[in-house]
Amino acid sequence: MTQALVNVPAKAKRGEAIEIKTLISHPMETGYRHDTNGQPIPRDIIHTFVARYNGEEVFRADLHPAIAANPFITFFTVATESGVIELTWTQDHRDPVTQTANITVE
Amino acid sequence: MTSVVICFLISTSFAAEIPQDERRSGTAFMTRETQAMQEDDRANPGMLAVLDGEALWKDAPPGAKACAGCHGEAATSMKGVAARYPTFDEARGRPIDLEQRINLCRTEHQHAPAFTWETRELNAITAYVANQSRGMPITAGTDERSRPFVEAGRALFNKRQGQLDLSCAQCHDDNWGKRLAGSVIPQAHPTGYPEYRLEWQSTGSLQRRLRSCVFGVRAEPLGYGAPEQVDLELYLMWRARGMPLETPAVRP
Amino acid sequence: MKRSPTAAPTRRRFLAVAGGVALAPLFVRSARATPATMAAAIREVVGEAPVREGKVTLELPPLVENGNAVPMTVTVESPMTAAEHVKRIHVFNEKNPQPYIATFHLGPRAGKAKISTRVRLADSQKVVAIAELSDGSFWSASADMIVTLAACVEETP
Ligand code: HEC
Ligand code: HEC
Repeated sequence: MTQALVNVPAKAKRGEAIEIKTLISHPMETGYRHDTNGQPIPRDIIHTFVARYNGEEVFRADLHPAIAANPFITFFTVATESGVIELTWTQDHRDPVTQTANITVE
Repeated sequence: MTSVVICFLISTSFAAEIPQDERRSGTAFMTRETQAMQEDDRANPGMLAVLDGEALWKDAPPGAKACAGCHGEAATSMKGVAARYPTFDEARGRPIDLEQRINLCRTEHQHAPAFTWETRELNAITAYVANQSRGMPITAGTDERSRPFVEAGRALFNKRQGQLDLSCAQCHDDNWGKRLAGSVIPQAHPTGYPEYRLEWQSTGSLQRRLRSCVFGVRAEPLGYGAPEQVDLELYLMWRARGMPLETPAVRP
Repeated sequence: MKRSPTAAPTRRRFLAVAGGVALAPLFVRSARATPATMAAAIREVVGEAPVREGKVTLELPPLVENGNAVPMTVTVESPMTAAEHVKRIHVFNEKNPQPYIATFHLGPRAGKAKISTRVRLADSQKVVAIAELSDGSFWSASADMIVTLAACVEETP
């Protein structure tokens, strides 16, 4: 089962740059390995990560096989207003994974 | 595959146990960066397995109760449990490890198939149970009935084996702190299992680690769940008695 | 008796452990990125624009225990305003099968141009981070790192 661990501060001051930490379970199979029978193991990676703040994109990462298994990504965003931060990981062969966190801005 | 030849200085004198006040967890031998990865639960990839285990804890197999259905809140019912494992099991007349105990609940109490060794499920549920004892001192092997099995494990630890004719003790009692190729030899205290190993790129069990160390000396690894394997786990836990559990540890 | 690893043992012998240490075959392809392929990949991103050193800080541990997950942080000096901000941070390497590691798209809403992740580095090599600013300029930083190998590896990958 895909598990995502997301850390968004529950509260922030307006205008403050807050740090968002994310971790998701994923093999990030490079596509450069072979199994024990010598057959190539197909690439299976998360290639895109997007953060949306109340629907507007505030951060995006294009990822390659050089990103470690179970990708860990942290970034900053300005706390503009209370609402929802939506994080989406898009992968090669399965549906995207989305996780949301609420934030209260004072 | 890249292979390198290394030279390693080995003392042939008899292995002596590490004095209690000199014992150090594997964490102490890691780089600051890897320590930081373990210390922050929001950055520790082993926490993904714990999270996965929490879901399994609440998940009932068809027609049976979930773990939570019998044991309630793991934070209370499982607190301190992992620090006592492997523990002597009356019915089997010998010690069983935490994975085996959990699988007994699967088969006897949930009438479900046992989780296969080293699967995502077994490592996750074990990591979740063990995480409830984080920070608690290890007590496994300190009771009378466990003693002969601790001794059997000690004998295995001190036995020279494999094409390299090396014992675990030669590295971990006599040469800890030295460098072997790029790695520092730790003292082999099993304080953080199941652990996230960067080498594995996933969470794995103590048995998997022991198998890789046996393979490292070019000997035939013991099978998962083999009695000798559990004796070795028990000896290592007894050897680490009093040290705090760290599950999920991160190791190179 | 205490036997710390520094205490001189009575008898010593040198043991050559041949092939006892192996790098997990993460990247088992002979075709690898080279400094030249990295340079070409960078050209593709920056075009003819000059890339200046500065403004970018690339943090990578100089010595790494395992190349499978190397912590990396990139910080760029910038006020991060609508008029003046970092648009993208591109990260490249020399020796993995591909020169690309990642591209991070930022903007004034980031507030702070700082990202962290963990990367795979198949070997000791150079990593380059390039920041693309809103005025069209490119700034870079690079780091050399050494990857050591794990000792207890397994029979199967
Ligand atoms: C139907 C009730 C039941 C269910 C469901 C159940 N257990 Fe148990 N569990 C027990 C009982 C009873 C014991 C005490 C030992 C015995 O009698 O088997 C026990 C013992 C344990 C122990 C050892 C505790 C100690 O103090 O040594 C662990 C660990 C454990 N269970 C974990 C689990 C996990 C994990 C699950 C879910 C996969 C689970 N159990 C599901 C009834 C249950
Ligand atoms: C040639 C030296 C050598 C021998 C022999 C050896 N090990 Fe190890 N062991 C290491 C090194 C080096 C590491 C840590 C580096 C790594 O992760 O690869 C390690 C790691 C470990 C760990 C992990 C400790 C932690 O912090 O999680 C355990 C447990 C362990 N060994 C047990 C054993 C057992 C049991 C044996 C005997 C079957 C054994 N080792 C034999 C060198 C050795």
